[in-house]
Amino acid sequence: MSTNDVLFGVLPYMAATLAIFVGVVRWRREPFSVSSLSSQLLESRKLYWGSISFHWGLTIILTLHLLALIIPSGFEWWNGAPVRLYLLEITGLALGLWAAFGITVLIVRRFTSARVRRVTTGMDHVVLLVIAIQIVTGVWIAIGYRWGSYWGTGVFIPYVRSLLFFQPEPEYIDPLPWVLKTHVLSFFAFLAIFPFSRLIHIITLPLQYFFRPWQKVIANREPPADEYISNEPRTKQFN
Amino acid sequence: MRVRAQMSMLFHLDKCIGCHTCSVACKNLWTDRDGAEYMWWNNVETRPGTGYPTGWEDQEHYKGGWQRDKKGRLKLVLHSKGGGVAKAFFNPALPELNDYYDPFTFQYGDLFNSPPSEQQPTAIPISKITGQPLEISSGPNWDDDLGGSDIFAANDPSMEGVDDVVRAQMEEIERVVFNYLPRICNHCLNPSCLAACPSGAIYKREEDGIVLVNEEKCRGWRMCVSGCPYKKVYYNWNTGKSEKCILCFPRMETGQAPACAHSCVGRIRYMGVLLYDADKIASSAALPDDELLDAQLDMILDPHDPQVITAARAAGIDEGWIDSAQRSPIYKFVKVWGMAFPLHPEYRTEAMMFYVPPLSPVMSSIEQNMIKLDIPDERRDFELMDELDKARMPLEYLANLFTVGDSDRIRRVLRIMLAVRTYKRRQSVDGVIDEATLELIEEVGLTENMVEAIYSMTTTPTVDDRFVMPPYHREMSLEAIGDPLTAKGSTGFGTIKPPRRGP
Repeated sequence: MSTNDVLFGVLPYMAATLAIFVGVVRWRREPFSVSSLSSQLLESRKLYWGSISFHWGLTIILTLHLLALIIPSGFEWWNGAPVRLYLLEITGLALGLWAAFGITVLIVRRFTSARVRRVTTGMDHVVLLVIAIQIVTGVWIAIGYRWGSYWGTGVFIPYVRSLLFFQPEPEYIDPLPWVLKTHVLSFFAFLAIFPFSRLIHIITLPLQYFFRPWQKVIANREPPADEYISNEPRTKQFN
Repeated sequence: MRVRAQMSMLFHLDKCIGCHTCSVACKNLWTDRDGAEYMWWNNVETRPGTGYPTGWEDQEHYKGGWQRDKKGRLKLVLHSKGGGVAKAFFNPALPELNDYYDPFTFQYGDLFNSPPSEQQPTAIPISKITGQPLEISSGPNWDDDLGGSDIFAANDPSMEGVDDVVRAQMEEIERVVFNYLPRICNHCLNPSCLAACPSGAIYKREEDGIVLVNEEKCRGWRMCVSGCPYKKVYYNWNTGKSEKCILCFPRMETGQAPACAHSCVGRIRYMGVLLYDADKIASSAALPDDELLDAQLDMILDPHDPQVITAARAAGIDEGWIDSAQRSPIYKFVKVWGMAFPLHPEYRTEAMMFYVPPLSPVMSSIEQNMIKLDIPDERRDFELMDELDKARMPLEYLANLFTVGDSDRIRRVLRIMLAVRTYKRRQSVDGVIDEATLELIEEVGLTENMVEAIYSMTTTPTVDDRFVMPPYHREMSLEAIGDPLTAKGSTGFGTIKPPRRGP
């Protein structure tokens, strides 16, 4: 087994196993520790510029990556016309630069604001480093190895699919330049630190908010016999 | 009719001396921790003033509470559900720490470790967050007793609508006038902090109406902090969770009044049960501004009404609670005597803490800018009655705080208080109550029995009169959750998980 096999054939499974198992255990046994750990109260001006750019830039780019994985044929069709290819690539690059701007502000903020430093842990530095590597290599690929959305469907999509179907084919990655390898590896690092860091807040997206009534009343006693049971969610009602 | 019970507190502002004992009792009990130092679940503000956090009543800035849209529907000022989730990465309506204050301590070690020198050593103030030296420039009661000042009073949103001449008089240094406003969480019937929480971590307890944050479910979205118009939910910067006043439910469950009420030096606080109709919450909160207060007071049900009692029993309310509601001092003040109002009913959260407005029996000017001192003693009380509009604490200001700008309602309450005072003065000083006084109490809608009842509840109540605590029957509610005997015979040892910040 070559180094490439270990890095791109074994490591992803180890990282995913960690993410899922530790994530579930932490969510269930240590719910108190799951929080965005926002520091907006302590520093708000820099966070405005950093957080919005960083989060939205990354969220949209990740969604595009995911779309490419789900419907690669759609991307191939879209990129059939050069104009559309350029449009997609420019959009991707712009989002990458937006996220890069965001994380720069966030890193500066974390090191310069005394109040934010007070709530900074070692793991926060690791998180910032891993994501910074991802963004930098991503932007680098967009500029240096152009039209990634075009050739990526022939290289990365089959690779990721091979992983998902438990028949890893790390050979796809072997001939690629180190920048691309780093981009992939840093994602596995991201997965691995996910359950051990504040990154776990990604899965707290509150979709249930859309389906609950505005008010919530919980009874701490045996509910009365008739239909009036207030701790059951009643979506149509106000409270 | 869907009857629910609410534990409610009443503040008799006429008796508050602004000693902050309540705040200190609360702080020592609940918020003396890292990340919670800046939280004042109970605070006492000087009014007029900007309060804590600075300018909390400015909802154009902080976006707290509810609003009625053009179609008459009830909406959060802060966000729609989609908007709330979209603003997760940065909440523009969140107060910053500087809107509260940088919690500080003093470097006491300097006093002992300083080398010999000509001067006395001093302990410099340092930030409790960063540990760095800091120049203290604000605090939770920074404007204490500066009610008339042009910095704090002038920026009070409730001064809007107060006559310019009156404002100028209030700000004159010799005539500075202020009163105190103690505030805790209002444990609203229609809490907007709860509605704003995307994680669904906040809930209202059905049996006593206390609004709580489940910190195991809180994910630190901070929308509750902005959503609460009273700014009584605080974000713990250390644990990344929101915290708020819990109305000392561990004390109440063992039959004790909350610490703030229990420690009150002026004995201004009353505790009791109110029964209300939960079916009316949404509809009454959506009414136009001028109908809000009446609608909220109408939701409170008469605990002596047989129909209400039947409905309360059907809703599973304990007999002890119904009995407690019948003896509730809050019910007397709010419904029987009509002397108390919630704070800022126009926020539409249906606040359940009530205030008796303060009576300031000092006239600013009865004649043109002159204080009239030559009124004969026997006329003085009556003169005040007729001239309440010129009271040094303007009715319009109190009306902006408690009655959505309706100063007639404030005048009515102050006239009741004055009438009781006049009656008792005649009785105890003169030994005889004259015709004019009897006419007076009739005019304000009181009987002699009511005067005596208001007087004794205001002036000479015992602890048991002030705090009518219902039986919680915690042992029974525990049975509903699990078998209380599971731990019988065990040593009582277990693991304690202190609330620690996540990695």
